[in-house]
Amino acid sequence: MRDPDFLQTLWFVLIGVLWVGYFVLEGFDFGVGILLRVLGRDTAEKRAIIHTIGPVWDGNEVWLLTAGGATFAAFPGWYASLFSGFYLAFLLILLSLIIRGVSFEFWGKDDSPRWRATWEWATIGGSFAAALLWGVGWADIVHGVAMNAQHNVTAKIWDLLHPYALLGGLVTLTLFVAHGAIFLALRTRGELLDRARALARRTMPLATVLLAGFLAWTAFDEPSGPVRLTAQVFAVLALACALAASWALAGKREGRAFAFSAGAIALLFVSLFAELFPNALPSTTSHAFDLTLAGASSASYTLTVMSVVAVIFVPIVLLYQGWTYWVFRQRLGREDFAGAPTPIAALRRLAGKPADDQAPPPAA
Amino acid sequence: MNALDFARLQFGVTTLFHFIFVPMSIGLAAWVALLETMHLRTGRELYLRMTRYWGKFLLISVAIGVVTGIVQEFQFGMNWSLYSRYVGDVFGSPLAMEGLAAFFLESTFIGLWIFGWGRLSPRVHLATAWAVAFGTALSAYFILVANSWMQHPVGYKLNPVTHHAQLTNIFAVLFNSTVLLAFPHTLFGAFATAGLLVLGISMWSLLRARHVDVFARSARLVLPIALAATVACGVFGDSQGRLLETQQPMKMAAAEALYNTTKGASFSIFAVGPFKTAPQHLDPDIRIPHLLSLIATLSWNGTVRGINQEQAAEQKQYGPGNYVPILGVTYWSFRLMVGAGTFMFLLSAIGLLLMRSGKLERSRWFCRAALVGIFVPIVANWSGWIFTEMGRQPWVVYGLLKTSQARSPDVSLASIVISLIAYVVLYGILIAVGTRLFVREIKHGPDDPPPPGGPPDDSASNLSLAY
Repeated sequence: MRDPDFLQTLWFVLIGVLWVGYFVLEGFDFGVGILLRVLGRDTAEKRAIIHTIGPVWDGNEVWLLTAGGATFAAFPGWYASLFSGFYLAFLLILLSLIIRGVSFEFWGKDDSPRWRATWEWATIGGSFAAALLWGVGWADIVHGVAMNAQHNVTAKIWDLLHPYALLGGLVTLTLFVAHGAIFLALRTRGELLDRARALARRTMPLATVLLAGFLAWTAFDEPSGPVRLTAQVFAVLALACALAASWALAGKREGRAFAFSAGAIALLFVSLFAELFPNALPSTTSHAFDLTLAGASSASYTLTVMSVVAVIFVPIVLLYQGWTYWVFRQRLGREDFAGAPTPIAALRRLAGKPADDQAPPPAA
Repeated sequence: MNALDFARLQFGVTTLFHFIFVPMSIGLAAWVALLETMHLRTGRELYLRMTRYWGKFLLISVAIGVVTGIVQEFQFGMNWSLYSRYVGDVFGSPLAMEGLAAFFLESTFIGLWIFGWGRLSPRVHLATAWAVAFGTALSAYFILVANSWMQHPVGYKLNPVTHHAQLTNIFAVLFNSTVLLAFPHTLFGAFATAGLLVLGISMWSLLRARHVDVFARSARLVLPIALAATVACGVFGDSQGRLLETQQPMKMAAAEALYNTTKGASFSIFAVGPFKTAPQHLDPDIRIPHLLSLIATLSWNGTVRGINQEQAAEQKQYGPGNYVPILGVTYWSFRLMVGAGTFMFLLSAIGLLLMRSGKLERSRWFCRAALVGIFVPIVANWSGWIFTEMGRQPWVVYGLLKTSQARSPDVSLASIVISLIAYVVLYGILIAVGTRLFVREIKHGPDDPPPPGGPPDDSASNLSLAY
């Protein structure tokens, strides 16, 4: 079995970075989506909550699409085995992402309570299912699935639902909820802030306990890769971040808490990627059938071309996405949206411009 | 139907659905950016109301286009794993580039555009609109690079061990002669699609004499754009046809139902036959003498290659097998595309003539024709894509890999049927809601102009840009 060469290792790391970016960013907007009706008591508050992620959730989701495209380009064998092998599970994730994706846009387009409630539940359901299923899926990938010599997965969908994978799902679900609550505590004010803060304080410790259990289970799962020790160091750091997030929350330091919850999510996935290395997808049927990075990868010419493209575009993307977060950094509250006749009026108010709320004279 | 048929049906259904909204979004993004530019340059409030009004259609279209695009990014791996393994080394790169260069750009800047009103300076806000327009067009380029490689594989070699395609020259792939024509053809098609959408909605509203300032200006502004886009789309399409004669002669022969290589070939305008790859006889088959040679070779007695000769040539090159696509599909999708394009050309040309003679706003029949014109570009886009893909069969990558060898062997028939049903149901809901929102926007119309001297008013519309 060949070891991955430099370029293959680099692309494994880059794809890891894309997934980490995806989970850190979309993680909080999943959390915000799940908490929409828990924290938002009326339409004005719900609008404030949706506005905290409104400008950024779509950009966050592109990290997933790019991770998919990069996997296709750099490790076609991995892309092929993974997405055909996890067919129905992945279908559920795609359906969840579609439902929550349109829900934001549709929600604001009509004022009737039934319409709003429908799309609120679409946001919640889609966010909840995706947050849970990503954890289940990644736990399965690290653990390995039944797979034959041609690298075709033979496991059925219920084979993916073993206790270790389900625990992985609970970990991402709770971590994302806590991460989302902290994000809201950072981006809201007034009563919303108080509620978000209280919820973050309650959920972060729960997420930490589950995370500890999951990481310990991962450590004692069957031995694998050469960088196992590194994986465990990252696991300990992930746990330390999760604990530090709770500590920062106790001191009402939301900025710090957000950095730590982001760190916990990032390090969890770094640790899982290190655990996986040098495999792309282990086979529980026989380790002889493991899909290795070396076996799944494109040739070095393609990897070189893609490296050049990544070196040019990744910094640009980081710059303008970072700028977006800077533009939309201000805290939002119920009072920004209460009584605003339209979303545009709310936007104008947020921008500090007077809005004329009077009805216009009838057109001639 | 077997699993392969269902997998193909699923790809067709999901892609056609996605492809309703993609050209619309590409065209509307550029249109909205143009309007905002005009607002900034002239300072006229009218253009601001136009920007916001058409911006709503852009956002509904983008929302549905984005979520259905998620499926597109992953279904190669889900349903076509053998294809993915075979082509990934070449085909994956444009997809990854599309994500890095185009998807990030459009999705990040559309958020800035929606929520940045009043917060960004007018110039920066305008720049976000152009960034979205540029991102959508760039995305079209990369996905057409990928598709063009399936039509005309270049810049690759076959790996001697794995027998998979392997990239040897990225520039050959990025500047494939096929994509250099397919991209402008698709891009101008997108501009025409959005142009006729704007025209149709404007004319319908003018018929009801509502918000005449916004809609008369929109119609007058969009007509020359729609005409130019339709003509350019046709010109590039015509060149594509001649390129196909050299790259995929079978596809063109099947498009014209020309069985035997002929000098001075006649052009079939109406033919019917059994639904199979190469029906033995067509009845009726009405043909115009010499016209096909004239179109295909630009000469009265030029030679056009026929299906039977191409079948023999491909058998000689690739071994025994049937290399003829389903004639009924290629023949009629090609005619539907050209026919729809001709309708689009006539509609925008007549509209322009009416406008010049000052009768545009009062012509009731033209208003009705323009309303029909909203749907015709969708038919053109669909039939164009169906022709391109079905005309390449039995190949998925022309000359290299057959569609029958591309499917995921580990995905069961039941799984495909489940996912197909799920997509059809969910997409059905999306189209119902999307259509309902479009109709509401059309009925509601744009915001009223602000009272003289007062600040801009935002209260008129409940259906606004942001959430």
